[in-house]
Amino acid sequence: MTRADLADLAPLAPLAILAVTPLVVTVAISVRRHHALALGITLAGLAAAVAAVPAALAAAPATAGALVTVDALSLSFTLLIALGTAVVALMSRPYLARSERRPEEYYVLLGIAATGAAALVSTEHLAGVILAVETLSVALFGLIAYPRDRAGAIEAGLKYLIMTGAASAVLVFGAALLYADIGGLTFDDIAARASGGFSVVGLAGLALVIAGLAFKLALAPFHMWAPDVYQGAPAPVSALIATVSEGAVAALAFRMLSATGALTEPALAAIVAGLAVVSMAAGNLLALLQTRVKRLLAYSSVAHFGYLLVAVMAAGPLGVEALLFYVAAYFVMTYLAFGVVTALSGRAGDADALDHFKGLCWRRPVLGIALVLSSLSLLGVPVTAGFIAKLYVLAAGASEARWGLVVAIALTTAISAFYYLRLVVVSLSRPAEDPRGDDRSLEAAALLTVLVALLIALGVAPGILEPLATRAADALF
Amino acid sequence: MIVLVLVAFLAAAGLLAWITGGRVARAIAAVALGLALAFGAVVLAIAAPDSAWRSFDEPWIPSLGIRLQFGVDGLSGILILLALVVGLLAVLVSWSEIRHRRGFFDFNLLVSLAGVVGVFGALDLVLFYVFWELMLVPMVLLIAVWGHEDRLRAALKFFVFTHAGSLFLLAAILALGAFYRAETGAWSFQLADLAGAAPTGYPGLVIMLGFFIGFAVKIPAVPFHTWLPDAHTQAPTAGSVVLAGLLLKAGAYGLIRFALPLFPEASIALAPIAMTLGVVGILYGAVLAFSQPDFKRLVAYTSISHMGFALLGIYAMTELALIGAVLLLVAHAFSTGGLFVVAGALEARLETRQLRRMGGLWASAPRLGAAALILVMASLGLPGLANFAAEFSIFFGAFGPAPWFVAAAAIGLILSALYGLRLLQGVFFGPPRWEGIADLSPREAAVLGVATVVLVVLGLYPIPVIDAASGAITAALDPLMSRGASP
Repeated sequence: MTRADLADLAPLAPLAILAVTPLVVTVAISVRRHHALALGITLAGLAAAVAAVPAALAAAPATAGALVTVDALSLSFTLLIALGTAVVALMSRPYLARSERRPEEYYVLLGIAATGAAALVSTEHLAGVILAVETLSVALFGLIAYPRDRAGAIEAGLKYLIMTGAASAVLVFGAALLYADIGGLTFDDIAARASGGFSVVGLAGLALVIAGLAFKLALAPFHMWAPDVYQGAPAPVSALIATVSEGAVAALAFRMLSATGALTEPALAAIVAGLAVVSMAAGNLLALLQTRVKRLLAYSSVAHFGYLLVAVMAAGPLGVEALLFYVAAYFVMTYLAFGVVTALSGRAGDADALDHFKGLCWRRPVLGIALVLSSLSLLGVPVTAGFIAKLYVLAAGASEARWGLVVAIALTTAISAFYYLRLVVVSLSRPAEDPRGDDRSLEAAALLTVLVALLIALGVAPGILEPLATRAADALF
Repeated sequence: MIVLVLVAFLAAAGLLAWITGGRVARAIAAVALGLALAFGAVVLAIAAPDSAWRSFDEPWIPSLGIRLQFGVDGLSGILILLALVVGLLAVLVSWSEIRHRRGFFDFNLLVSLAGVVGVFGALDLVLFYVFWELMLVPMVLLIAVWGHEDRLRAALKFFVFTHAGSLFLLAAILALGAFYRAETGAWSFQLADLAGAAPTGYPGLVIMLGFFIGFAVKIPAVPFHTWLPDAHTQAPTAGSVVLAGLLLKAGAYGLIRFALPLFPEASIALAPIAMTLGVVGILYGAVLAFSQPDFKRLVAYTSISHMGFALLGIYAMTELALIGAVLLLVAHAFSTGGLFVVAGALEARLETRQLRRMGGLWASAPRLGAAALILVMASLGLPGLANFAAEFSIFFGAFGPAPWFVAAAAIGLILSALYGLRLLQGVFFGPPRWEGIADLSPREAAVLGVATVVLVVLGLYPIPVIDAASGAITAALDPLMSRGASP
């Protein structure tokens, strides 16, 4: 292989490294079962993928066959996915060490999930989408049900399997209809037809594809699985679903909607806008009723992906920037919230009732501050990343004169103030007695501290993501 | 520059106080506020109006055209100094009241003050919003952690109301920016750029309403006021002082600085409604104040009444009325803030806020009674005290364009005499029900002394405030004049 050939491979390196990592872990643990070894190889692989991104960006865009397209947008999201998976891996170590006798395969599944997510953001072909979504979902199914001795986890895993199977069926059926109408499955094929107007079959196909993706994003009214799965899954896995999985699907949805020009079709634009409004309203209203923190966070994620859809609908450079910033900010605040839940979870099960969080700020200051700041950020209070994210989304909506969506964001955010502030108030109230068996390791505290710093940094200096966003926007528009 | 320096300094001092904790924290807070006050006063006295000290401009979020743009004119200058003075008084008031988690208390207090300073200095609307929320959240925590028996509910209510109002403001800010972008092709949120960018007709009116609601919740104008009595009653004394002295002022400041000049046409259309809300607030607040059994709740309702005067003055849209409104902002900070200090002092001694359990306290605490007497007299508009100068400027200024509103508002003065005298009579006169109540400590005497001296001085000689505020008032009125508001 010549030097020039190797340079051609640079854009594909991050994805390739992510794909190889779980294989290496598999081989390694079949030789020697060792928790730290599995974690170490996974982290090394993720770090290598991150390190490969700058070189890949310099050489992008590139394609590999019909199914893989790597450009600045996909690399930006690959970066987020790799970093996010690393955070989940770090968060999981003490959790697994407390509750699992055989934690090694967990990291294999984690690596496969990251690979699926990265593949999902690196394709412009519906067949590629289906393959990537399946890779991601199968790994997630295993991860959700990983604690085999917990009834809740098995139930959540089964529920996810059935729901995600149904969603995939819808997605595949939609792709089949599109193929019947257009005779191709690349986004360019669809775009070529969009300019001339879709037939009814093609329109139905696209609507089904959108519905399939809405299932994966847990957008209302396809959100039923989310609260049960978030509650039953181990806390770090819930975080993984909320961030890596749903973030990748959101990026894919953005690419698909803007590349195919599907939103120029008024019916489809109305469907997507409807999904956004219903998700904001349902997510926030139902979250009001929750007394379980993981369920509350599930509904909160439904609402957040509703907000995010507003950015998804705003094609163009501002849309890319809004999307990238929102997803990055959402990653950080979700890891903070689930990081606190994870650190409080013992052998007996995950910390879920509000009582677990009572007086957290006084009992465990680092955890308390992390929970308070992540709640405020999820609400969108300034000086946290969540505010800038909300600002971007509102600007994206206002720039396209989608006033209905802008007002919906403002109103539903006002509703959400109740339950986010309740988390804040609970963690500031008089302490309950300290439950035994939770994580007091320095590791969890250090991870949360870094995330808190990142949350504030993104809120105070939001410009740090702008170069990446500009590259991604240049690649698309 | 000065705003950025003060914000950073107060935030850093807050962090230091939090880390140190304990008794040292309050000393750190007091010293930091004293230094900030001295620094701010010196800089504002020396720096020329267009010097680098008074303005600052750097990009913040370039892709949305959001800049770190600060500017301090006379109005901002007075209010920033007011924030630092009131902040210092709040630290002194809480000196021995707050023992529990003292460092975190001072952190919240200082960060909230940093937000207030930023609010009064920001010239970019998004930046303004950032500080607007920055002053809110620590105040919510002050109520939620150090408040009285029903603090959690009050804090939640306070936050939900004001945050909902803020979201209308945020959506309106972005809508205005989007209209500017549609016209010029680039985002901008700077006040100077956006002047004249507001769309005419219905869209402009809707966007202006977003601003108005955001500010009116904070003032608070009836019918957005219901959070205030709860928040004030449950807050620790220092929280009440900052809330009444500064946070409410930010709402009125927002109207003068942003709502009027940005939306001249829509503001003129809204003026009758806004003045009606102001008058309703004056009367409703005064009537409810009269019937409150709880000292702090009574003072809270008088706040609604007084801020109704400010709203009337702002929307009368004459120079004299606006001068009166600005004067009232300063006067009310000290008169109402002082009354909350009296309430706190009484609660610390008697362990109750119920008026029916007080009475005849003058005998044992004459100095406390004297301070309360001056504050109540200021509050009911006795000539010679600052509130009188403010309220009568508002009346004279508003009489030309809105005589009937002024006539109705004047009834509020009578009502204020009723509730004020009832308060004094019930607490300090009548048969003594308590014996051996300690009089003012030197620290309390200093706090109340500052408040009463400022009220007397500004009552006799309000010119410095009037001069300083005139630039901002002209800037607010010029666009209105050119659209046919009465001079």
